[in-house]
Amino acid sequence: MAPLGRAALLLAFGLVLYALVAGSYAAWKRRRRLAVSAQNALLAAFPATLIAAIILLVALGRRDMTFVYVWQHTSHKLPLGYALSAFWGGQEGSLMLWLLVLTGYAGLAVWLNRRSRELVAWTVPVFGLVAVFFAFMLCFVSSPFNVQPGRPDGNGMDPSLQNPYMLAHPPMLYLGYVGLTVPFAFAMGALLSGRTDERWIVATRRWTLAAWTFLGVGQLIGAHWAYVEIGWGGYYAWDPVENAALMPWLAATAFLHSVMIQEKRGMLKVWNMILVALAFNLSLFGTFLTRSGVLNSIHSFAKSSIGGWFLAFLALMITLSIVLIRWRLPSLRTKTKLESLVSREATFLYNNLLLVALCLTILWGVLYPILSQALRGNERSVSGPYYDFFLHSFGLPLLLLMGLGPLVAWRRASLRSLGKTFAIPFTVAVVTGVVLLGLGFGSSWPGLLTYTFSAFVAASIVLEFVRGRAAAGGIFRLIARNRRRYGGYIVHAAVVLLAIGVAGSSAYQTQREQVLRPGQSIEAAGYRVTYTGLTGVKGPDYDGYRALLAVSGHGERFNLNPGVNNYFIEGPANEASIYHDPRSLGDVFTKAALAGKHTTKIDLEVFVKPLVNLIWVAGFVFVAGALIAMWPDAVEQRRLAARYAAGAAPAGI
Amino acid sequence: MGWALGVAAVLAVAAVVFVARPFLRDPAPASDRLDELAPEARQRLALAEERDRALAALKELEFDHRTGKVSDEDYRAQVGPLRRRAAEVLRALEGGEQARHERVADQEQRVP
Repeated sequence: MAPLGRAALLLAFGLVLYALVAGSYAAWKRRRRLAVSAQNALLAAFPATLIAAIILLVALGRRDMTFVYVWQHTSHKLPLGYALSAFWGGQEGSLMLWLLVLTGYAGLAVWLNRRSRELVAWTVPVFGLVAVFFAFMLCFVSSPFNVQPGRPDGNGMDPSLQNPYMLAHPPMLYLGYVGLTVPFAFAMGALLSGRTDERWIVATRRWTLAAWTFLGVGQLIGAHWAYVEIGWGGYYAWDPVENAALMPWLAATAFLHSVMIQEKRGMLKVWNMILVALAFNLSLFGTFLTRSGVLNSIHSFAKSSIGGWFLAFLALMITLSIVLIRWRLPSLRTKTKLESLVSREATFLYNNLLLVALCLTILWGVLYPILSQALRGNERSVSGPYYDFFLHSFGLPLLLLMGLGPLVAWRRASLRSLGKTFAIPFTVAVVTGVVLLGLGFGSSWPGLLTYTFSAFVAASIVLEFVRGRAAAGGIFRLIARNRRRYGGYIVHAAVVLLAIGVAGSSAYQTQREQVLRPGQSIEAAGYRVTYTGLTGVKGPDYDGYRALLAVSGHGERFNLNPGVNNYFIEGPANEASIYHDPRSLGDVFTKAALAGKHTTKIDLEVFVKPLVNLIWVAGFVFVAGALIAMWPDAVEQRRLAARYAAGAAPAGI
Repeated sequence: MGWALGVAAVLAVAAVVFVARPFLRDPAPASDRLDELAPEARQRLALAEERDRALAALKELEFDHRTGKVSDEDYRAQVGPLRRRAAEVLRALEGGEQARHERVADQEQRVP
């Protein structure tokens, strides 16, 4: 099996190398058949990679310990689902997932836009270049098909990864990371071919939205995994690898907004190219952080030697992006200017500046410890307060802008119009702020401002739907006529829910920690938690214990059982126990560990986290909004097809 | 090992045939030149984009006016220039089309 896997990867490498070399030559010398041949090579690379991926999955499913990769990441006692998830649990497997998703996306995107030959001819070699790097790594640097004499059992899997959320979190992130290659490849293809019109944007609009949605959902699933599995009482710790997924998402968010200005006003062509390149390079950087072992993080499962290769490739891609944008600068410049600082496009511009500023401050927070260690030899870390400061400084104005933007007209808005449209949201926000202040929420100013701004945004979204419905003659008609706008508003509503959930569960959370004997109690935010005793637990690959907790308060009575699982191969892991209060949408989160050997005393931590469940609800609303925004619009499709038919080629999406 | 190499060889041959397909299907084409947008077509495309932008802006302005986001005064101030811009672009597109038709007809007449 392993030789076939290696051969399939070598074949994929040969095909993407051909797509790069022959594709570049064909596009340069304007050779039609060679360009189609290179395109076919890119299409054929996907089945070749898929065969290699299936072979690895079969080996993982059979726990074939002759594969070094299988031996490193699984054991015979590991349940089948988790054994298969080891595909993306290790370095070689996750590189293969990158290549698999990339060749799949590239083949589909190129095939769908095949009629736009001039643009696609240069897009194929860009896809080929990225794919060559990953295929090279898999064939010659970090192969998943290395074999060894059979061993009785493997190293197993990190207990924290043995969680159902881990079946979805990494693939979602990879679908997002890799998805950002599509707009990048088309943007660079547009620069290389000189097609700096909107064709590349039309070709990649939904791809960008899909990649952005996958990244967003992947991060939320990861946050939920951290919350229920890691057991530290939170869901986001500004871990460098968490940040690595957040940064491209922020850059892509900025792009999704600024590209609308290009479509509506023909402005910001250079800026959009920069944002696409930034989002893609940050997604590469994210993979580098996760897989190079450069960071001491729970995510850096694999310590390896691929870091140098990754850095070199990252440097190449950044250089390529800068050189191409610089080269085509004259054709990207537009004469259209911003008519007013009080207009929809101006609010989009402010939103872009804040998103990019937040993204770059996070990037500096991630880079600083690495650079500090590399240049000075001392390890310095950037902690939560740094990130919290910038989140408040940039995130709160961003939240406010989300409410302001939709209320401001394109081109320019007069003060009288603004006064009229802002009256209701402004009143709702002021009343919310004053009432909350009266209720004692002034203990956290960022929290109070988040709630107040959220009320403003929510009111502006409701107002947009109410006024739009009256003008369009029905809510479904309204949404159908402008899916991107109203899908976008639903995504904004998801961000409001997220902001309220984050503010409630962080700014207004209660935390208590105490060592307890059986029969003793602890109080937290109106809940009384009584430790009644210990009990043992046993699973297929672990044993352990649970603390029995009886909880009462706020008219509720329930039991919680936090404890520890001792995995036979992998070692101990905390198991948190959480009560979801359906009325307050908050949680009572508990974790417990024995306070010593040969004792029944436990070290108990209790967190009461108001509104935390809004964060997970936000995920569903986010997906609904994104799907509406992505849904094809037949009228628009016909309009675009007519435009490109008149120009040269019909729209292929 | 042997069967694996056999399967790999079959895969490689299939891939080579698929990649070579454009040459196998069309060994001696009349033209092997990759399509390229002529400067005139690029200009037409730019005008079509501008036309779509102008028409979308008008539609957006109408909608914002109906929903009360744009006052009557602002609407009156903006609608005129937008309509003029849309008309200019449409005229330019039509002019380009007419010139193209005349050129094609002229070329057809010259062909013996």
